[in-house]
Amino acid sequence: MRRGFQPLERELHGARHPFERVIGAVLLVCGLLSIGTTIGIVGVLLFETAAFFRSVPISSFLGDSQWTPLFEDKHFGIWPLVAGTFLTTVIALAVAVPFGLLAAIYLSEIATMRARRILKPILEVLAGVPTVVYGYFALSFVTPLLQRVVPGLAGFNALSPGIVMGIMILPVIASLSEDAIFAVPASFREGAYALGGGKLPTIFRVVLPSAFSGIAAAVILGISRAVGETMIVAIAAGQQPRLTLDPRVPIETMTAYIVQVSLGDTPTGTIEYQTIFAVGTALFTMTLLLNLASFRLRQRVLKGGTH
Amino acid sequence: MTSAAQTAGPSADLTMKEKGALVERLFSLLSLLALFIPLVLLAVLFGDALRDALPRLDWNFLTGYPSRRPASAGILPALVGSAYLMLLTALMAIPLGVGAAIYLEEYARPNRLTQLIEINISNLAGVPSIIYGLLGLELFVRGFGLGRSLIAGAATLALLLLPMVIMASREALRTVPLSLREAGYALGADQWEVIRRVVLPMCLPGILTGIILSVARAIGETAPLITIGALTYVAFLPDSLKSPFTALPIQIFNWVSRPQAGFHVNASAGIVVLLALMLLLNGLAIFLRIRLQRRTS
Repeated sequence: MRRGFQPLERELHGARHPFERVIGAVLLVCGLLSIGTTIGIVGVLLFETAAFFRSVPISSFLGDSQWTPLFEDKHFGIWPLVAGTFLTTVIALAVAVPFGLLAAIYLSEIATMRARRILKPILEVLAGVPTVVYGYFALSFVTPLLQRVVPGLAGFNALSPGIVMGIMILPVIASLSEDAIFAVPASFREGAYALGGGKLPTIFRVVLPSAFSGIAAAVILGISRAVGETMIVAIAAGQQPRLTLDPRVPIETMTAYIVQVSLGDTPTGTIEYQTIFAVGTALFTMTLLLNLASFRLRQRVLKGGTH
Repeated sequence: MTSAAQTAGPSADLTMKEKGALVERLFSLLSLLALFIPLVLLAVLFGDALRDALPRLDWNFLTGYPSRRPASAGILPALVGSAYLMLLTALMAIPLGVGAAIYLEEYARPNRLTQLIEINISNLAGVPSIIYGLLGLELFVRGFGLGRSLIAGAATLALLLLPMVIMASREALRTVPLSLREAGYALGADQWEVIRRVVLPMCLPGILTGIILSVARAIGETAPLITIGALTYVAFLPDSLKSPFTALPIQIFNWVSRPQAGFHVNASAGIVVLLALMLLLNGLAIFLRIRLQRRTS
């Protein structure tokens, strides 16, 4: 948006040439497509989910502890899928938060400007690798490796894809945290140094607390990415919905379930077809809430950033 | 960066200072490790995949069709499918995305509608890709009756790419100085003439860079294509927009999910081809960016 000069310009040209108006309208339609996409997503999810809840009571969706829509004895309790998603997400965070935060501290507080300029894009490479590739790594390298150290680790498990997912979301957390840490005014650090604080106390007691909102926003966005991540868990975590917090056994996440059903040829209108939209709605709601929370926190950082 | 000796202060007692310096060193090392361990791990994994893949990477692999016997299976249908998908996706996402970016940067007034569009774009960028797959499945595959076709896959990927293309194009448009636009108006040009003949040529390399990076991302996308029902076993080349198809990441996924070791070798070979393609596209984007920087500075 360019404020200021535009109204004058419009007065001069817009009225004179109808062609200008046509172009403006065409471009507006392109812009409106984003609203259309959102309406499409919400509409499609709600439509099929409503159909799902006509045959499955909401009480069994939220109250049953088994998820077996593809079996003869059908149960529709979402919790095993939620537990799978929760478990892989927590493991991913256990990797991504410490590594990502330390990397962010290194980039903004320790590295030289030149090193920072080179290292930051290299770190971004981690986020650009296709997830199907990460899935392959989890299944054929990380799992066999972990099986040597972790007793009782099954070929499909939550641990290995969780760790690999952590590496994937690490740049998201590192990059956004680094922005937040970098935005802490130099005067804060100088004040701490002037009071006789060393470098580490300055980082941990002044810089990090000041950047807290931004770091929290980064971590929340990382959670959102982990919850929505699909291929790594579809490949390496197995396809057995199970209400457990044991990272060694096969589980299934919400996203992996959608993949599992999509791989078969499920006819429209069947309850199996509707389940993926019901699960999709749950997934969409979770990521939307997380994204909004992260966005709010970042807005607060931007507002508070004018020191 | 200030060194330990400068920050510890003159009054600090020597052993305390030494201890502090040591802890500080250790911490620096630790944080450096946090940065490098994941990168080294990734490099090791790539190296391993490459080593597995090398014996399998030959002309027959690139030009062959899938097979039940891993040693004679190839990726031609997947490669051709990915190429068509890339082309069709770009044909849809580029005009729509650049159009939306021009609207937001050049035409939109700061009102409710503009705000709504902007909120939508940033929200859509955070929606998991598999949700786009569900949208494509219901809307394009079933609703528009396109079936599990190339065009349905490309349309789904185009929607997924739009937020990325819009954001990259907006940033490129913002680099064109206002004074150049004003100069255009001063010469009596219309707004569209100024955009078409001054603004767009100026920021074209920037827009192209953004588009290439988005497309590079799109060729690695797997989940939405599986959701709309791309086939995992295709022994023919797609011959029309409504033809069923497979794509490189789908083929890799198919091979990874089979228990036989031979197919895992194929998967690693497919991964090497996929990463090489992405590297090529990213290299192209970097090349364009460097050219752009040289021209504007």
